[in-house]
Order: sequence, then C-alpha cells, then structure tokens
Amino acid sequence: MSILIDKNSKIITQGITGATGLFHAQGCRDYCDTQMVGGVTPGKGGTEIDGFPIYDTVEDAVEKTGANVSIIYVPPIASADAIMEAVDAEMDLVICITEGVPVLDMVKVKKYMEGKKTRLIGPNCPGIISPGQCKIGIMPGYIHKPGPVGVVSRSGTLTYEAVWQLTSRDIGQSTCIGIGGDPVNGTSHLDALKMFEADPETKAVIMIGEIGGDAEEQAAEYVRDHMSKPVAAFIAGATAPEGKRMGHAGAIISGGKGDAASKKAFLRECGVSVADSPAEMAEALLKIWQP
Amino acid sequence: MNIHEYQAKAILRNFGVPVPEGHVVYNSNSARDWAKRLGDGPWAVKAQIHAGGRGKGGGVKIAKTADEVKQYARDMFGMCLVTHQTGPEGKIVKRVLIEKGSNIADEFYLSFLVDRATDRVTLMASAEGGMNIEEVAAKTPEKLFFESIDPVVGLTAFQCRKVAFKLGFAIAQVKLAVPLLMNLYKAFVETDCSLLEINPLVLTGEGELVCLDAKINFDENALFRHIRIRDLRDYDEEDPMEIAASQYDLSYIALDGNIGCMVNGAGLAMATMDIIQHYGAAPANFLDVGGSATIERVTEAFKIILSDQKVEGILVNIFGGIMKCDVIATGIVEAAKQVGVKIPLVVRLEGTNVALGKQILADSGLDIVSADGMADAAQKIVKAVKG
Repeated sequence: MSILIDKNSKIITQGITGATGLFHAQGCRDYCDTQMVGGVTPGKGGTEIDGFPIYDTVEDAVEKTGANVSIIYVPPIASADAIMEAVDAEMDLVICITEGVPVLDMVKVKKYMEGKKTRLIGPNCPGIISPGQCKIGIMPGYIHKPGPVGVVSRSGTLTYEAVWQLTSRDIGQSTCIGIGGDPVNGTSHLDALKMFEADPETKAVIMIGEIGGDAEEQAAEYVRDHMSKPVAAFIAGATAPEGKRMGHAGAIISGGKGDAASKKAFLRECGVSVADSPAEMAEALLKIWQP
Repeated sequence: MNIHEYQAKAILRNFGVPVPEGHVVYNSNSARDWAKRLGDGPWAVKAQIHAGGRGKGGGVKIAKTADEVKQYARDMFGMCLVTHQTGPEGKIVKRVLIEKGSNIADEFYLSFLVDRATDRVTLMASAEGGMNIEEVAAKTPEKLFFESIDPVVGLTAFQCRKVAFKLGFAIAQVKLAVPLLMNLYKAFVETDCSLLEINPLVLTGEGELVCLDAKINFDENALFRHIRIRDLRDYDEEDPMEIAASQYDLSYIALDGNIGCMVNGAGLAMATMDIIQHYGAAPANFLDVGGSATIERVTEAFKIILSDQKVEGILVNIFGGIMKCDVIATGIVEAAKQVGVKIPLVVRLEGTNVALGKQILADSGLDIVSADGMADAAQKIVKAVKG
C-alpha cells in the first residue's frame, strides 16, 4: 500500500506544454497507467497535447477532470504562483519539481497555505511514487518494486540509490518521497515519518538526510518518542566543509551547526540504525528489521 | 552570492539605513584624497574582501591623519589577508574602503535571516555587538533576542520596540531603532537576501545609531530579478574553477583531497565524497553534473577536475535514472578521449541498459575500470590512487 497517492489518484501537470513537463507526464502515464488526466497552460485551454487535454486554469482542470493532485514544472519565476493556484483549487497534494525557486517566494507560499487542506512536496524534488500503483515525478519507475519499506529523502539520485539497494535484495517499497533540497519546503522528514507510521502497509522506513538545518533531528525525536516501526538512516555530507553550499540550497553547515557527525550521533541516540556508508543503507535497515 | 561591505552599505543607504559616509578606492593616492573630501578625521581604513575577521588580520585600521590613511591603504593593497573565514591561503586585497570614523559609545548585533524551522524571516539581535555571534549563541543564548516576521504584515513597529527595549536602548534610541530596523527588513525582502548582518550596530557619543559594518548574502535563486545586484559579483573573490563550472551549469566545489568526483545529483555527489573518505582517502571536489550527463557537460567536467593538480584519480558515479546508461557511457568515452584522461578512471553506472553501458566502456580501448555499486567503485579508485 502507500501514503498520499495510490492507483486512484488523478493528476494534472502544470506546465504540460514545456518539454520537461510533457516528457515526464508521458513517463508517469506509462508507469502502471498512472491517471495523468490533463494539464494546465494559460492560453492553451481547449487544446490537446499527446492525448492530454489542456486547461487555462487549475480550477477549470479540476472541475473538468476531477483531479486531486497537481505536479508543477513551471519555471522558478512562476512557481510560487503555480503552487498557490493549485492550493486555491483545493488539491489534496501538490508536487513542485522546479529547481531554483526563490526562498522568499516559498516563505509567502507557506504563509498562504496556512489553514488550507493541501499538502505540498518540494520544491526542487524528484516527486513521489507508490510502486506498482502510481508515479508522480521524474524518478525512473523500473528501479522500484511494491513492498513494505517507506523511503524519504531530500535528494533525488541518492533516493534511487537507496531504492535500488532494496530492490536488488528483493525488498519492495510502499511509497518513496523526495522532499527536496531547499531550506523552505512543503513536507519535512518528520511529516513523512508520521504518515509512514500511520500507514498499515509500511513496515519499516529508510530516511536519507543531508547536512544543514535540524529537520533530521526533529524526525529522530519523533522516532524515539512515537514511532513503532524501525527506521534506518544515512546522512550525506560528512566530507562537506563549513560555509560551502553543496548543490542543494539547504545543504550548508553554518555556525558549526548541521554537520553530519552530530546528526548521526543524535539519530543513533534516538534508536535509528545509521549507515556509515551510502552503500549500506539497505544493510542498516536489515540490521534491525527482517522483511 | 556575497558582496563587499562597501556595496552592502551603498544598498542599505538607498533604503534609508544610517551607515558611515565613505568611499571605496583602488589605490593609496585616492585613499588620501577621499579622506580629505570626507572631512575631518579620524577615518577607518578597511580592506574589502569577502570574509569576516578582517580586523585581527590587519585589514581594519583607524587613521588620524590623511597621510596615515594613505599609508594604511598602501599597506593593505596587494596584501594577502588571512582570517578565520578565508582559509589558510587568504585573499588578496584589491579594494579599500575609506570611512569617516564614528565615536563609539556602545555596540550591538543585528541580523535578518530565513529561519527554516519557522519558514519565516527572523530578526535576531543582541547587546553583545562586535563579538562572534556564534560564540554568543553557544555560550550565552539568553543574550540573543528573536522576532519572527509575518511575511504578509511585515516587521511591525511594536516588534522593533520590543527588540530595542531588550537591547537596553533609551526612548530616544528606540525611536531611531524602529525605522532603522524596518528599513533593514525592507532591504532584506526587496533585494532577496538570504542573510543581512549588522555587526556592530553602534550607538555614537552623539546618541545616534549607525551600522558600522554590513554583510549581505543574496539568494542565488532570486538573482534573475535583480540585474543590478548580479553585477556586483566580484569574480576575484571566487574560485576560478567554480566560476568555469558554473558557466556549464555544473555545480563544483574544490576540496583538499586527491580523488576527483563526477556524479549526477547533489545528494549522491555528497554521498560519493563520503564513501571515498569511508575507504580512507579524500575527495578533491564536489561535482554535480546534473540530470543530463551529455558529452559536452561530461567533457567540461573532466577538464575542470583535471585542472586541479592534486587530482590523482577520478571516480564517476552516475545513477542513470531517466537517461540510459549506454548514452552516458558513450558520453564518458568520448569525453575521456577528447580530454585525454591519463590517470586512473573508475566508472560506476547504474540504471537502464547498464550491461550495454559497461560493454561500451570495456570496448572503448581506454583504461577505464568498471565498478559494481558505490562501495566497489570507491574501493577501486582508492586502491588505484594509493597504489
């Protein structure tokens, strides 16, 4: 089973007429017949692209298709507006793939979302997949396999690495979420752990963190105090020097805070099985859990 | 993106924030001329580099005469200034700021930053001005005051007054602090800062508040809407290889080790550095080649990695994802041929068509070592370099 999305999810693509948006809308449709029901590009409403009906507004798309999820590929300059449009249309879930959204735009978006029903994943993320049911994002579908492990990560390719380690050992995944590498984003590690804990089909979790901030520590406290399911983790960035941004805007150690060693130590204190090497993420989970 | 102190002060002045009168100079003669033009001394002579802690390294001097201004400026030009933020190699001083001196009665600390715990901009203040604020935070956190700012309402007058009274200001200074703080916040939001730090804010003997130093970092993601700020970028302050990489949309950061890394994705790139260290060696760089590892990008990435003389071996770690491994392998082979890689090269590919990809590497006639998985790849390159 899964969290957030399943085979009943109906998805529209904001920015579907761009090359990236269309390519991945097709990729998602090809994965287990994910219900990609259309797209939004202002000014192109009423037309069609590769079988996807296009609407001028998200509101219109929801009315016509019954979509409850939106995925966003619009450029950074328009991303915040696109997210808010989807929130206004009362989507259950909005996934913003776009990389490079200004952080103060996201501060406004977070304020706008207060009290609204919509959950946001991203920005700057690979998306979410419930293997065998539904793929909403840019990840390669074939590396996944349906099963009991939830995966949550800030990074894209490092998530694929963890998933591949599981699939190669014949262990499947319930849902894999890439929450994105930006400092202000929609869904945190903690949010994901709470949902995995509540999902009866998820039996164990791999959490992949990075240097910077204290989101992993907050998640670890939840594991210690409230979580019944085993959690394994890896923290990337042990070799990163202070004050240098490692690609992701959020991955920066500042003022001696947020380094990998202190994060790993705290996670271990909270009962998380921490992998010292990124090649051992699945092994770290198998040390404390058997499928 | 970072800018110089004099540039930060010019921006703040435009937002109505009180900063000392001053002018940047590029040689010692104009240092003296500008000192005279600014009026009577004393003057502050401040080396302009992108790093804090300049005072301790001899980069900040107080001059009593215009000739002293010239002398100090002459000492600073061309000087290699080493501070706790420059690294041991230091930075060459090419610009010097001449400022009218301030009569300092007391010093305070102010900063605005995006707080990822609250998803809001936070104002941080302390009466411990001029100090290393990270030390204050660690040793005496009760001396730091915070105000979280509603992005819709903005910084309010009452929040400014709360902070000002906590800093111990008399009512006359509270009245000065309110517009000062509101204008700082306006500057922060309207120029898309990620950090705006005033350390110190000084109370002068005349009872005025002045921002004696100013540090601004901008959100790189927002530079597209600030053309004038983008022009303030000082390439002399940045690593030439990092600049070269950014022209090809490669994210590169030089490190101290001897194993060059080329990886797709920031998280996997960090993890690749980590696993090299895990097996007892050190990475020479962080390099995210991005989602589409095309021949052109891979070629440029090889060139940048090889321009670092310390590099004795290269580890390529690509998780194919959407791109097929045979396409990536062809790119790596072409790039390696073009660039002429003469040091050990270990390639780990994973994803669609991985067998075909490995075959292309094997048939290339190049000395490329193929690896299965990250651990195998890291062990192979560490062994190859250590011999």
